[in-house]
Amino acid sequence: MDFNDTPEEATFRAEARAWLAANAPAHVLPEGERLEDFDEMARGRAWQRALYDGGYAGITLPRALGGRGGTIIEAVVFAEEEGRYRLPKGPYISIGLGMALTVIGKHGTPEQIARFCEATLKGEITWCQLFSEPSAGSDLANLRTKAVPDGDHWVVNGQKVWSSWAHLAEWGIMVVRTDPTVPKHKGLTFFVVNMKSPGVEVRPIRQISGASDFNETFLTDVRVPDSDRIGEVGGGWGCCMTVLMSERIGSGSERESIAEMIDYARHTPRGAGAATALDSSAVRLAMAQALAEERGEKYLQARLRTMISRGEDPGALASMIKLAYAGRNQKSLGLGMELRGLDALAASGEAEATQKLQYEYIWSTVMRIAGGADEVLRNQIAERVLGMPGDIRTDKNVPFDQL
Amino acid sequence: MNFDLSDEQKMLAEQACGLLAERSAPERLRALIGESAEYDEALWRELAEMGFLGAAIAEGHGGLGMTALDLGVISQELGRANASLPFFSSVVLAAEALSQCGTEAQKQALLPAVASGARIGTFAYAEGAADWHALAPSAKFAEGRVTGTKSPVADGGIADFAVVLVDAGNGPALALVDLDQPEVTRRKLDSFDQLRAHYAIDFAGAKAELLTGATGAGPITRLLDIAAVQAAFEAVGGAQACLAMARDYAMERQIFGRSLASYQAIKHRLADIAVAIELALSNAYYGAWAAENAPGDLPAAAAVARLTAIAAFENAARENIQVHGGIGYTFEANCHFYYRRERTLALSLGGREVWADRLIAHVAR
Repeated sequence: MDFNDTPEEATFRAEARAWLAANAPAHVLPEGERLEDFDEMARGRAWQRALYDGGYAGITLPRALGGRGGTIIEAVVFAEEEGRYRLPKGPYISIGLGMALTVIGKHGTPEQIARFCEATLKGEITWCQLFSEPSAGSDLANLRTKAVPDGDHWVVNGQKVWSSWAHLAEWGIMVVRTDPTVPKHKGLTFFVVNMKSPGVEVRPIRQISGASDFNETFLTDVRVPDSDRIGEVGGGWGCCMTVLMSERIGSGSERESIAEMIDYARHTPRGAGAATALDSSAVRLAMAQALAEERGEKYLQARLRTMISRGEDPGALASMIKLAYAGRNQKSLGLGMELRGLDALAASGEAEATQKLQYEYIWSTVMRIAGGADEVLRNQIAERVLGMPGDIRTDKNVPFDQL
Repeated sequence: MNFDLSDEQKMLAEQACGLLAERSAPERLRALIGESAEYDEALWRELAEMGFLGAAIAEGHGGLGMTALDLGVISQELGRANASLPFFSSVVLAAEALSQCGTEAQKQALLPAVASGARIGTFAYAEGAADWHALAPSAKFAEGRVTGTKSPVADGGIADFAVVLVDAGNGPALALVDLDQPEVTRRKLDSFDQLRAHYAIDFAGAKAELLTGATGAGPITRLLDIAAVQAAFEAVGGAQACLAMARDYAMERQIFGRSLASYQAIKHRLADIAVAIELALSNAYYGAWAAENAPGDLPAAAAVARLTAIAAFENAARENIQVHGGIGYTFEANCHFYYRRERTLALSLGGREVWADRLIAHVAR
């Protein structure tokens, strides 16, 4: 066991650090300024292009796909060093690199790989994800958007939801139903869809935060060439699993936020004299518990990465980290608001920090639902790690059109 | 970065787990309680022969010179088996105190005997309900003698010597006391943990010598940090045993026409425990690594290991009985060993409140 870099990792870190020092400053986002989505994405593309030119785009992606062919530890090292700068790295880039290229790389044809990989790594193509539907969330295979063949095309009709950045993305990864006469997991097929196709309409969703990070996407008689199908007809579920597993490996916090909160408590006057919030044993206990859990997540993440880097199956460890993080994060942010007292409701001073906390507290609800809801993850852990029986499924082996 | 046990450590864990599952099986534990035994003497001798008692003692002092992580692997298995042994008192606390703070003569006199099992040590720090962690004990050391009462002292009946937290006149210190002398009186207490005996020990001017490396709070808190990491490993092992028991019982129990384990009310509860265990184990790994490789981070690493381990074992020990239902309340169902041991580990070396304060004091500097 060694928590430090190996000599090879240290060399890689030094190289990455030097490269970033020379290249990152020109791409750093302006402090405190809220960019328009289009502008942010343009900057994200430019930074991605710089990464590509520097040989740091898609670090773990195989060389055959245009990636660096590096280890997951190298990707972590690079992310740590890159994280020292405030760079434009939103879902508009990560959906392409983490999901689209993963599924195209594993299930796509050589032609599809040639069409999409390099352009995505260069930031020329950005992606959105068209999976969830109004009646298909955790039960994704219940989706109803359908595609029917028409010559060498498919005609797609339906509605997708929670598609981040769909309003600006060039392409989407999409799963639809191509055969309703077989049980629901078996009748799905995976496509890439050009978001500029006629019949694709993207509408922003008004969220509880007031922002609109997510969209609903309506597909009306959208014609998708069969050459944009990924994998076999009826093989869509396997493609979805490829995407969802890569999503979970990527989850979890890199940022250590509890230390900041403790620091805030230490400078927050409370009661008489020079007392601060941190003089309260209730505050200390709550902060200490949160910090202990946050550290546990970090070291569990280190164990997971070690296993992945050796090619071992990490089982449901990634789900454990995501479950632990999402719940603890929401509790910590709520605690952070309590520390601020009534100022957390409507700040008179330091408004920016309070607004950030308010926003994060609202956003923390998303983390418990997206990318595997708490309840789905608990089932998965109970079944895969503890070997407990699966839930009773009344829809199993029943053709979708008879449900 | 490589954050996993080595192959040798995995083998050590397997070896310890196999041996303890056989020798410290539930029937054996129930028999020890029936006899009001002080500890499992036969098993202690066996562990001594296998070198486990000297695992972390330096080779020059009769041990194997292994790391805190190797010792942690053993602690975890002892926790899993809920073994009735003075391992934490003698091997973790007393031996570590000697190794860290003793003179060469003290080390030569006692460490080989601890490693061989010939002598048992304990760590006498508490003074009843009084707040010991401010390290301002009532027990005094002056002119080579200790005066005062320590209670409760784990394994105080079988220990040959004690490392005693004392006020040496100029601050806290650790005194080494041979317990076999007329100025020492031991009184057996009614121990909540039926597999770990506790005593009150009166020192009426008992002959003693200081561990000269342990004057002031620094070395003493470092000793507590190192021991806290081992206690975390032991708690994780206990929590893992509870989770396995609860899972196994739920799998075989039928209720309302199907397996109890098929209900989400049970699955989700056990999944949460499984997560809490992995967080605690990860913190314990880091704590053991930090003890030797990142000493500046040890106070925080020990505290987070302790806090997450207490949380995991507490929940696991309680829910194990809950999942068993009424049968869990019977002596034969074996859940009680862990339910009691959990409190021993949660309170020894100070509970949540103490370690939360230590953690915050360390990170908010």
